[in-house]
Amino acid sequence: MKFKTLTALLLLAPSAALLAQAPPDLQARVTAVEAAAKAAQSAGDNAWMLVSAALVLMMTGPGLALFYGGLVRRKNVLGTMMHSFILMAVVTVLWGVVGYSLAFGGSGPVIGNFQFAFLDGVGTAPNTDYAATIPQATFMVYQLMFAIITPALISGAFAERMKFSAMLLFTVLWTLVVYFPMAHMVWGKGGLLNAFSGGKFPCFDFAGGTVVHITSGVSALVCALYLGKRIGYPQAPSKPHNLVISFIGACLLWVGWFGFNAGSALSASGLATSAFVATHFGAAAATLGWLAAEWMHSGKPSVLGGISGCVAGLVAITPASGFVKPFPAMVIGLAAGVLCYLMVTRIKPKFGYDDALDAFGVHGAGGTLGAILTGVFATSAINDGLKDAAGKAQPLGLVDGNAGQVLNQVLGAGLSWVLAAAGTLVILKIVDATVGLRVSREDEIQGLDTSMHNEEGYIFES
Amino acid sequence: MKKIEAIIQPFKLDEVKEALKGIGVDGMTISEVRGHGRQKGHKEVYRGQEYNVDLLPKVKLEMVVPSERSDEVIQTLAAAARTGKIGDGKIFVYEVAEAIRIRNNDRGESAL
Repeated sequence: MKFKTLTALLLLAPSAALLAQAPPDLQARVTAVEAAAKAAQSAGDNAWMLVSAALVLMMTGPGLALFYGGLVRRKNVLGTMMHSFILMAVVTVLWGVVGYSLAFGGSGPVIGNFQFAFLDGVGTAPNTDYAATIPQATFMVYQLMFAIITPALISGAFAERMKFSAMLLFTVLWTLVVYFPMAHMVWGKGGLLNAFSGGKFPCFDFAGGTVVHITSGVSALVCALYLGKRIGYPQAPSKPHNLVISFIGACLLWVGWFGFNAGSALSASGLATSAFVATHFGAAAATLGWLAAEWMHSGKPSVLGGISGCVAGLVAITPASGFVKPFPAMVIGLAAGVLCYLMVTRIKPKFGYDDALDAFGVHGAGGTLGAILTGVFATSAINDGLKDAAGKAQPLGLVDGNAGQVLNQVLGAGLSWVLAAAGTLVILKIVDATVGLRVSREDEIQGLDTSMHNEEGYIFES
Repeated sequence: MKKIEAIIQPFKLDEVKEALKGIGVDGMTISEVRGHGRQKGHKEVYRGQEYNVDLLPKVKLEMVVPSERSDEVIQTLAAAARTGKIGDGKIFVYEVAEAIRIRNNDRGESAL
């Protein structure tokens, strides 16, 4: 009887009460275990985020540099690769001085502040506004890699004809005027479009459909229109000089994109896995979509078509990657593969603009499609980050019954279009009036490698 | 002495070399060239942009042989290089005024 009572008491007693009665050394041990568990999670998350940051840098160099470098003529291969590589240095310095702070400091609706200028206070302690389990310095360097690749993507539009000095000034101003505000509006605390921070126009953009691809793609179109065509375009042959290096570049982009999208979970979590899987399935479906369209249209499937399709799919799945299931990811990829194929082979020739490497046709078109389809396929079954007052996960996209999200996505995409187009036009005018945009006719015919850099990409006799 | 210059399909080079070796012709100079005769080029398409490539890769062989051997060499060469299709190439024959071996100043056919 006595024994029975004791058992019942033990079963009924809440654990908190038990803890309260526990000897002091047990209390200390529980605290220590909690701290150890937190440290272990932080170690896991930090490991993945550092790898992701490195993967995203690899997308610019050598990924994009090889992809674009192979698509231009031989005389411009180094100049084109330099457009990507130099940003790994220029944007990094800019980011340290003021960029990170303008993108992620403060809580204004449009742009950050100067609280983190010169990386003041950015160390190993987490910034709980963004990623509570990793050092803020990890978050800072991860986001930096996005700021590097975005202006590099634009270089596909002005390839083979822009002065190096003009390109430097343009990208510095562009990053300041277009990228930092856009990153803050979509991802920054209190941002106008940030669905997870009470934004007025809640927009879902997991890894940069608006911030990276719409801004770079639309700016690319404005650059192509403003600079005009390359000499001889489209009559004179301007065949890709080395599709083998483009192929290597595209494969590096595919792999690097896992850091871009899955890393955007900011942790080594199930959400990171979801984004990884969606990214991969989207890229695969887009590759097949582009190739099928090309095979039917022009009779033969090409390697350039395959790698262009995979990039188009990776672009389109970027905003959706942390919100959608694998099959919707394939639908998004397939649609992007076909749409981007039509953009570069049908629409571009119809309008006659010289988007040399199709930065708009792939990033502008694919990014816009992906941003809108994110509103269709986003589901709380994948991402339960948006909770109502009772702590219940809110419906996200049309498939969850929230049809209005599609409109929000259109608004977010529209705002990116307007900011990118207006900002780029003003910057181009400034650069044109100061250092001048285009190389001379002689320099363009000679090629950027010798005229801008005094060197050649391929010297077989030495 | 005659100089025989043949422009042939690149994939026929090994067969031609073997056949010439078989009749005792060892010396020749080979270059990779591009060109076309009656053979039309082919179409290449990059992201929907079409290019007609009319200069096709060919291999040029040059050799100088004693005049009395030239017919035999030409026949052997032509037989080995022939596929019967357009694009097989051409053979041109020239008179050679002199031949000099740089190493020891041999002249004429003994320099070949």
